Amino acid sequence: MNALLRIEGLSKSFYLHEAGRTICGCRDIDISVMPGEFVGITGRSGSGKSTIQRSIYRTNLPHAGAIWYDSMQFGLLDLTKASERQMIHLRRFEIGYISQFLKALPRTTAYDTVLQSALDSSPEGGLEWARAETERLLRHFNLAEDLWGLYPLTFSGGEKLRLNIAAAMIKEPRLLLLDEPTASLDNSSKLKVRELIEQLKQGGCTMLGIFHDLEFMEGLCDREFNMHEGFMVA
Amino acid sequence: MRRATSTSATLEAPLLKVRELTCSFGPGCSYCADRDAILERNMCPRCGTIHALRQVSLDVYPGEIIGIVGESGSGKSTLMRCICFDQQPSSGSVTTGLVENGTVDLLACSPQQKRAIRNTIFGMVYQNPWLGLRMDFSALSNIAEQMIASGNRKVEEMRTRGLSLLEQVNIPLRRASDPPREFSGGMQQRVQIAKALSNNPPILLLDEVTTGLDLSVQAKVLDLILRLRRDLDVSMVVVSHDLAVIRMLAQRTSVMLDGKVIEQGLTDQILEDPQERYTQQLVHSLL
Repeated sequence: MNALLRIEGLSKSFYLHEAGRTICGCRDIDISVMPGEFVGITGRSGSGKSTIQRSIYRTNLPHAGAIWYDSMQFGLLDLTKASERQMIHLRRFEIGYISQFLKALPRTTAYDTVLQSALDSSPEGGLEWARAETERLLRHFNLAEDLWGLYPLTFSGGEKLRLNIAAAMIKEPRLLLLDEPTASLDNSSKLKVRELIEQLKQGGCTMLGIFHDLEFMEGLCDREFNMHEGFMVA
Repeated sequence: MRRATSTSATLEAPLLKVRELTCSFGPGCSYCADRDAILERNMCPRCGTIHALRQVSLDVYPGEIIGIVGESGSGKSTLMRCICFDQQPSSGSVTTGLVENGTVDLLACSPQQKRAIRNTIFGMVYQNPWLGLRMDFSALSNIAEQMIASGNRKVEEMRTRGLSLLEQVNIPLRRASDPPREFSGGMQQRVQIAKALSNNPPILLLDEVTTGLDLSVQAKVLDLILRLRRDLDVSMVVVSHDLAVIRMLAQRTSVMLDGKVIEQGLTDQILEDPQERYTQQLVHSLL
């Protein structure tokens, strides 16, 4: 079986013009993720975990190395060299990204946030299908019905996260990037996230997740990597 | 039920291609004719020519919003004016697959052809509504004027369309007969947008449309722009010096400085991993 994602010699640094300094993000990273696998990356803050995720999603521009992704649309594609249009397509149809921060349009209700995500990824499904899927996923991820018509700005961390996950999952991504989704959550919310990840895993979703919390990762990941100061150390 | 088309679709061709657009004000000289000449910002140190645009290239794809950011005087508005024929550039080309399959440089078309293209393919919304509206005509007449310019002569059809557009941009229909000079800034911008949409143009050019509006009015205009893109699938070029506006609207962004595009990329990449010194300054200035 071919890897869905293969990172080879990835390096990323940030040059800050004002300060005249270069900050190392990550160096010489090699990781492979097989279809259906959940690979976890651990490490302290600033160790470079997020830089890897953001390089895959192209929020960061890598400086060296390759990120090979086996795309349904484009075949084997090096994401470091993909065009902006290709990345927009992949973000829309194939690669999901969930962080602890909610990325929702202002003045958009929780319901519409998920609905728009459904319509965006599957416009041919039609409004009726998108509504049914939206309601199914909001229920599935336990977002109380009386919150559906509200703006998510006022939601708790756990509620925002569940909304984030619903909006990402409605696209049925082939690859899901989880960027510290449990940071700043209380224990009961963390448990819910764990349940959600287990559900996604059972559904065959391929995931690359980064976490602070080693306890949280226990028994959840198929493979685990540890990072320190930009390098993969284990 | 799942998507049927996404896997088989190929990426579409650009709807609008701008290539090497250059616009200079002044006589020019052998020094500044060199594209690598070092200028004092955008002015030639030898002959004083202002190079408002220097080899600017841009692709706009169907249904996308592309953002152009940069400080005042960076060339953003000149770029928009050149694309919609308000300003004749010194060199470069603009093509669209909607005219002769993209084989014709729109800038080389006759004035009549340009008028027709301007009325049917481009919709332009200016920062200053006084440039886009006839302030003494009614809101409805402003829309009708645009439709007449594209050859429509059916009064009832124009009236129905005009009212429908005003409704779409949330102008109370009881104000349809009032002249825009009696409207607030936000309402004037929305009438401009309705006018720009009157002939169903596939490309909207929006030049600093929220500048000078108070926050709540700005929010209404931004929501309207997003709704129009979603409902009508219109492609848009949005010029703004406000990164928050670009962050909300645009998928891709070009950064301009001194007449040049210095950086372009996915909007979140530009905002979170800016490469150029100026872009980093701009992002760090974001409140």
